[in-house]
Amino acid sequence: MSINLTRRRFLIGSGIAATSALTGCDALVQSPSVNSVLEKGEWLSMNTQRLLLGNQRLAREYSEADLSPVFKANGTQMPETDVYKQLLDSNFTNWRLQVDGMVKTAKSFSMADLKAMPSRTQITRHDCVEGWSAIGKWTGVPLGLVLEKVGLAPGARYAVFYCADDYEQSLDGSGLYYESIDLVDAWHPQTILSYGMNGKDLEIAHGAPLRLRVERQLGYKHAKYLMRIELVDSFRNIGSGKGGFWEDRGYEWYAGI
Amino acid sequence: MTSVTSGTALNKKPGKVLVYRHSLAVRITHWLNVLCLSVLLMSGLQIFNAHPHLYWGQYGADALPDPAFVSIEAYADGDSMKGVTTIGSFQFTTTGVLGASKVDGELTPRAFPQWLTIPSYQDLGTGRRWHFFFAWFFVINGFVYMLYGLVSRHFRRDLLPTKVELTPSHLAHEIADHARLRFPKGEKARRYNSLQKLAYIGVGFIFLPLMVLTGLTMSPGFNAIFPWLLDVFGGRQSARTIHFFIASLVVAFVIVHVAMVLLSGVWNNMRSMITGYYALKPDADKETNP
Repeated sequence: MSINLTRRRFLIGSGIAATSALTGCDALVQSPSVNSVLEKGEWLSMNTQRLLLGNQRLAREYSEADLSPVFKANGTQMPETDVYKQLLDSNFTNWRLQVDGMVKTAKSFSMADLKAMPSRTQITRHDCVEGWSAIGKWTGVPLGLVLEKVGLAPGARYAVFYCADDYEQSLDGSGLYYESIDLVDAWHPQTILSYGMNGKDLEIAHGAPLRLRVERQLGYKHAKYLMRIELVDSFRNIGSGKGGFWEDRGYEWYAGI
Repeated sequence: MTSVTSGTALNKKPGKVLVYRHSLAVRITHWLNVLCLSVLLMSGLQIFNAHPHLYWGQYGADALPDPAFVSIEAYADGDSMKGVTTIGSFQFTTTGVLGASKVDGELTPRAFPQWLTIPSYQDLGTGRRWHFFFAWFFVINGFVYMLYGLVSRHFRRDLLPTKVELTPSHLAHEIADHARLRFPKGEKARRYNSLQKLAYIGVGFIFLPLMVLTGLTMSPGFNAIFPWLLDVFGGRQSARTIHFFIASLVVAFVIVHVAMVLLSGVWNNMRSMITGYYALKPDADKETNP
């Protein structure tokens, strides 16, 4: 009954079995119905984490001694758009953050306005979706304070962040970086609009003049080169409708894992 | 566990006895586990390929001076490239498999080769979607198995080694028998041997739970929920490294496990994990008795 396999025959046999199982794998990967099932995993992860997180649990904060010696800059490191080049030429003096959409009063903020508001400084770990991490010290104004200034209109559910960088350089603007978070993260005390890093003004490579920090999610949520925040009830009609630059390219909108 | 179905002739003449070895719950969770672990491994290697370096501590990135102690990279080599795997201060040329391997016939920089990743082409977003879906599937399946094992007393009855089985002389004897590919027959094959028990306990109760915990420690959301996980594993990057090494140990277990299945009677083993019934062969080889 039992076949006495020699070691060699056994190794060859398992090799053949492995390669034949592989064909058809990529067909499954590209099937829309398979993907719609797999996306349930994101729903499960987000709802489980949100259930366990409550609204206000904080990401770990580290000490000065834990800072990365070099904080890796990633994504766009020097925006190529005309808008950004003009801002850079004037050393960001003309830069303003527009906050509009489903708000009671749309407002725009200069850097001086933002710096005049109460600030928060936090030493946190930045986790890239690729797998690396870096620890940095961020200073900025809590997004919640900015949202209080404009007041949310009923029905507002997401804050959408529009950026000055054209990450995938395009003629039609479809490569412009943008991101979105919901109000749970928008009101979180560690969600800040950061203008300072490691005790200095934010560097260009890290998103000057202003970037988002949303500490309980992965790096691609932390939009850099912020120009505008729009409050919306849905991001379906923005970009390709998935809620962000990388989301439109197949990454999860909820990047807590 | 063992309900003898055709064992009346056992004492008259040596013959095959079918015993009911694996319950339906064990069989189903076993095969779902095979599916989950295969997808988790291959999608995990896709994720690893996005950043093929391992570090120790809270942080670590490919920005000097963060030291990576494992890297799987491609280096220029004249007009072509070579794959180089670095472990500590040792460097190995691994062209063709690790660091650089063929994509559509052309040598391309990628840590793990096409035939080991889901999807085969580089696509971190899709790799993550598969990984996390099957991670949930794996956790739920594992939970069902654990619950069943406790409630049915399967763990206590079939997996917990007896005191005698854990004595050094007994273990040494079993190791020697395994090394000579002499597997228990007859009544002695009715139960798992102690090496099996230890291997299954090690994988099921230590390695796989550690895979889940180190995986969760890489999640910034879970870090806010269970910050102590960061302390247990020494940081997110340490957790990532442990995740990778334990995955390698699980792969090593699977290789040995499959080899043992093939070498100790592939049809009998496969039948028992599909239908539940395992044939006890007559123990003619009395001299292997202790």
